[in-house]
Amino acid sequence: MDPVVLLRGAVALTGRFPALSGVDLSVAAGEVVSVVGANGAGKTTLLRVCAGLVPVSSGEATVLGVDLRADPPAVRRRVGLLGHAPSLYDELTAAENVRFALRAAGLGADGAAPALARVGITGRLAKTVAGGLSAGQRRRVALSVLVARAPELWLLDEPHAGLDAGARDLLSDLVTEAVRSGASVMFSSHESEIAAAMSDRRVTMSGGRVADVTSGGRRAKLAAVGEGGSHVA
Amino acid sequence: MWRDALLVAGKDLRIELRSRVALWQVLPVAVLSLVLYAFALGPARHTLAAAAPGLFWLAVLFSTVLATQRSFAIESGEGTRDGLRVSGIDPAGVFLGKAAAVAAELAVLQVVLWAAMTLLFGVHVHTAWLAIVASFLATIGLATAGTLYGALSAGLRVRETLLPLLVLPVLAPVLLAASRAWSGALTGPVSSGESWLRILGPFAAVYLVVGIVLYGPLLETA
Repeated sequence: MDPVVLLRGAVALTGRFPALSGVDLSVAAGEVVSVVGANGAGKTTLLRVCAGLVPVSSGEATVLGVDLRADPPAVRRRVGLLGHAPSLYDELTAAENVRFALRAAGLGADGAAPALARVGITGRLAKTVAGGLSAGQRRRVALSVLVARAPELWLLDEPHAGLDAGARDLLSDLVTEAVRSGASVMFSSHESEIAAAMSDRRVTMSGGRVADVTSGGRRAKLAAVGEGGSHVA
Repeated sequence: MWRDALLVAGKDLRIELRSRVALWQVLPVAVLSLVLYAFALGPARHTLAAAAPGLFWLAVLFSTVLATQRSFAIESGEGTRDGLRVSGIDPAGVFLGKAAAVAAELAVLQVVLWAAMTLLFGVHVHTAWLAIVASFLATIGLATAGTLYGALSAGLRVRETLLPLLVLPVLAPVLLAASRAWSGALTGPVSSGESWLRILGPFAAVYLVVGIVLYGPLLETA
C-alpha cells in the first residue's frame, strides 16, 4: 500500500531560511506518528507542509497520493489540521463555527451537533460565542470539526497544549477512532512520553531534519487494554 | 463558487452584526468626515451643494479602506486563515463573498451618508435612477478592488498602513466617475452624468473578473 505521507529530501522555507532542510519521512495508512523536538526544530512546519499550507521548495513530497508541489489544494481538501491556535471565529458560536467549517468543506451542517456532542460541547456551550470559551473548550470545538469532517490524514499541532486530563483522554479516544476508521495521524508534542505512548512511531526533529525515529507504545497499550479498550493516554 | 460566496458573505455579515465594528467605527467616521468637510467649506449652501458629490464619495472611499481592513482582520484571527485554506473552499467564492459583504456594508453606509448629506448640505437628487446606477456600479468597483488589494496586503505586518497606499490611487477613477455621475444626478445635466457610467461599469467588471481569477494565487502567496 502506498504511504499516506512520503517526503524525500523535502526542503521548505520560511522567509529565506530553511525550516525543513531535507526531511525524509514516510507515514503508512492507519499509522500514528508523533513528532517531537525543541522549539524551532521544524515540527510545525512539517505538519503545515503535509497540510499543503507551506510549499516544498525542493525534494519530493506526496500526501495521499497527490504531489504537493503540483496540487496543494487537492491535499488540503482531504486532510484535517488542528493548528497551534484553533481556527475559530470569535464572534460566531461554537455550533456556527462548526457548521461553517462543514459547509465550507462541502458537507452538510447536520454533522455539527453530533460532533460537538462527541467532544463534550453541548447545550449552552454550543451556543456560546467562541470568544467566550476557554482555551480548552476552543480546542474541543476545533477537534469537533475534524470529527465531523473525518479527514484521511489528521495533522495535530501540539494537540495536548492547554487540555486537562479529561480532554487528553478524549483526544486519545478520537485518535484511536480515527485510526480504526482508516485515517492516519501525525501530531507534534513537546511531551516526549505522551508522544511515545500515543504513537506507533516517534520522530525526533532537530534543525529542520529528522534526527531520530523510534517505536512508540500505542499498539502495545492497545493490546494491553484489548482492541475495544478506551483510553490510550 | 456561488455557494461558497454566499457562505462567506453570510459569515462575514453575521460577524459584523455581532461585533458592530462597522456600526460603531466605520459609519461614525464617515458621517464625521462629512460634518468636518461642511465645517471646512463654510455655511454657504451653494458651495456645499457643488462640493457634495465629491465629498460624499470621498467619505465612501475612506470607508471602503476601513471596511476592507476589517474584512481581512476577521481572517487574521488565530488560525482562521489556515482554517479557511484547509477547508477546501473555492478561493473565487471567498473573494466574491468577502466583496459582497463589503458591498452590503457600503450600501448601508451610503444610505446613511445620503441622509446626513441632505441634512447638512441641503442637496436633493433630481435623477434618482442615475444616482442609484452610479452607486451600484461604484460600490461593486470599490468592494472588488478593495478586497483584491486587501488580500494582497493581508499577509504583511504593515498591512494597516500599506492598504490605503495601495488601494486609494487605484480607486481614484471610481471617486472621479461616481462624483461626476452624482453631480449629474443632483444638478444635471443628466447626459454628462450618464457618460461617467462608462467608466464605472468597466471598472467594476474588470475588478470582478480579475478578483475571481487572481484571488486564489494571491491567497497562496500573501
